Amino acid sequence: MALTGIQILKLLPKTNCGECKFPTCLAFAMALAAGKTELDLCPRVSESGRSELSDASAPPIRQLSFGVDDYAVKIGGETVLYRHEKTFFNKPGIGVLITDTMDDSEVERRLAALEYFQYERVGVTMKPEIAAIRFTGSKERFLAIAKHASLRPCSVIIMCDDAAIMKEALDILKSRKPLIYAARPDNYEALGALAKEYSLPLAVAGNGFDEVAALTEKLTAMGLKDLVIDTSKRQVKDAFIDQVAIRRAALVSKFKPLGFPTITFPCDMTSDPMKETVIASLFVAKYAGLIILGDIAGETIFPLLLQRLNIYTDPQRPMTTKEGIYPINNPDENSPVFLTCNFSLTYFIVSGEIENSRVPSWLCIMDTEGLSVMTAWAAGKFVGDLAGSFIKKSGIENSIKHRNLIIPGYAAAILGDLEEELKGWKILIGPREAAHIPGYLKQIRKS
Amino acid sequence: MAFEIPKVKYTGQIREVVIGSGSKAVKVGGAGCYPFYLFEGEMPNPPRVAFEVWDSAPEEWQEWAIEPFRDVINDPVLWAKKCIESYGAEMIVLQLKSADPNGDNRPVEDVVEVVKNVAAAIDVPLLVWGTANDEKDAELLRRITEVSEGGNVAVGPVSDKNYKQIGAMAIGYKQVVIASSPIDVNLAKQLNILLTNLGVNEDKILMDPTTGGLGYGLEYTYSVMERDRMAALTQEDAKLQFPIICNSAPEVWKTRETRLTKEDDPKLGDEKRRSVLMEAVTAMTLLVAGADIVVMRHPDSVSLVKDMIGELCA
Repeated sequence: MALTGIQILKLLPKTNCGECKFPTCLAFAMALAAGKTELDLCPRVSESGRSELSDASAPPIRQLSFGVDDYAVKIGGETVLYRHEKTFFNKPGIGVLITDTMDDSEVERRLAALEYFQYERVGVTMKPEIAAIRFTGSKERFLAIAKHASLRPCSVIIMCDDAAIMKEALDILKSRKPLIYAARPDNYEALGALAKEYSLPLAVAGNGFDEVAALTEKLTAMGLKDLVIDTSKRQVKDAFIDQVAIRRAALVSKFKPLGFPTITFPCDMTSDPMKETVIASLFVAKYAGLIILGDIAGETIFPLLLQRLNIYTDPQRPMTTKEGIYPINNPDENSPVFLTCNFSLTYFIVSGEIENSRVPSWLCIMDTEGLSVMTAWAAGKFVGDLAGSFIKKSGIENSIKHRNLIIPGYAAAILGDLEEELKGWKILIGPREAAHIPGYLKQIRKS
Repeated sequence: MAFEIPKVKYTGQIREVVIGSGSKAVKVGGAGCYPFYLFEGEMPNPPRVAFEVWDSAPEEWQEWAIEPFRDVINDPVLWAKKCIESYGAEMIVLQLKSADPNGDNRPVEDVVEVVKNVAAAIDVPLLVWGTANDEKDAELLRRITEVSEGGNVAVGPVSDKNYKQIGAMAIGYKQVVIASSPIDVNLAKQLNILLTNLGVNEDKILMDPTTGGLGYGLEYTYSVMERDRMAALTQEDAKLQFPIICNSAPEVWKTRETRLTKEDDPKLGDEKRRSVLMEAVTAMTLLVAGADIVVMRHPDSVSLVKDMIGELCA
């Protein structure tokens, strides 16, 4: 797939006209190779060059989105099998199943759950995004639920194999840009036509990946690009293997008919919500594009969202916490003050240990560009004068009567400089490991 | 046209390590493919779950973590037996929390006594997890290798600071060592080389990559384990071909999100079920990255994870 900058350059006009805002065609080619710009910026590329390049530069797994605004779900576009090779880009969308056998209050409970179970963490909102509405025989209920969902902010997957009913549901939900599920061997032409008419992404369901690949080829030939695939496996092991197979087919074999994000249905694999969460976590790690759950409760969705955040964290960039003062366990003017770096893992662990100690404390987080204490110290970002001026500016002095500051054990070397900078303060060297904070707090309480 | 799944060509295999003795001894490792990729390789020994037992009554445990062990929590021997008899534990990890110099700092001989008593009372493999304080562990784990002679117990964490003391004794008393390194492929490899150079047999080493709990660095452990396995299985890196153990229970259960009740934060839902799932999701994630043994606390989380291992290895 990936062409080098030089290979790309050969297909460009080589006029160095600069209209792409790059000084030369070579610079533009290198940026294209790195995926940092788009071919459309070049006004002079030939038709043949364009088609050769767009084939070559198309991501091996189609990236697509559905839904609107805050609940829009972007999936696919992945380029690696293992997150350490680069990163995973688009976290799997998580949805809750709603069927036409559910009454209004149950439907309302599920739609409300999508809005209620949201969590802030490291500056992002973690939430399930999707209502997957499944037709099982009652057209009237199905359309009523579609209407109900259309008034809510969530993304929607409309699940119905009957093209006529699908069309009615689409007329209700089209402004929410839903995903259509699912084109099968006996209805793909009709559903494919609807997807085209409404410009919506379409899920393809076949029995195994051979049948799926045959369908995606037919739909691609109809001009559809935004497809999602389901190999219809509902045993955990089989579904797991298919996830691996499809990801490899796209990335290793460059097999275009399987170069699409997948949809998985833990909701159809177990009736135990606890087990369902564990199954879903397997699919977060291994390659699902969409994960549909049988129900959503705080205790089941929170661990899953947290795992999704972890796995989809970009390993190339440290996660950071915002600089500032964090009160823990309702501190007052006599409570101890801690200082540490803004690597978010450090923040989570240190704040967790302080919380476990049950000792009311102030935690001052200084911006070290996401570096851990030792790395930041070595890089000159966690040193006496910077730390001192941060403490002065932070405003912590207004919240406390004492002038004692606890610094991380690993930053003991900054003690002298920090004392210089913070006249009148007593600098205490805390433990090296966060795990020893509760013990340390016990000790300083005694003394 | 029929599509063939592109297969990975595995050139290496994880070593098999036996822990324990007698009919209940357990063999771990042996994988010749990525975790659960049974369409292209074999896992002759499915991953195992070990129950943790603390050497003294824990002070900071949540009510819902204590619940399954309430009647035995003051007695490590009864606690271990309950894990085996009531909850089907196939291995016990005895966590020597009370020996920690940053905590109770219980004297070595007192702790050794506890280990002896637990070892004598159980027939499943025993793994003994020290304090992660290099000096204390050097002394403590050495003594444990000695008093457990014949038990083929696993002792750790063994670090690059104390591997000589503990490794030498483990060789002498034929025990297994748990080589522990801080979330880094090269450091892990380095320690394995040091241990084998010292003379530790290659079928007597387990690797501890250092475990981060869900929301607290799990992704770092996850990726290091994937890299370990990639090197071991596809790059013929013999010094990484050891079974991996993740001591995840204490990491999960100390987090804030396993401590808050539903009353504290209604959005987090039922505290017991949430904590159980945080433990099970952590374990599932570690297993799919390559763990051969996960150390767990709550019987409900263990059931969920064993169920998944069963399905994936079926």
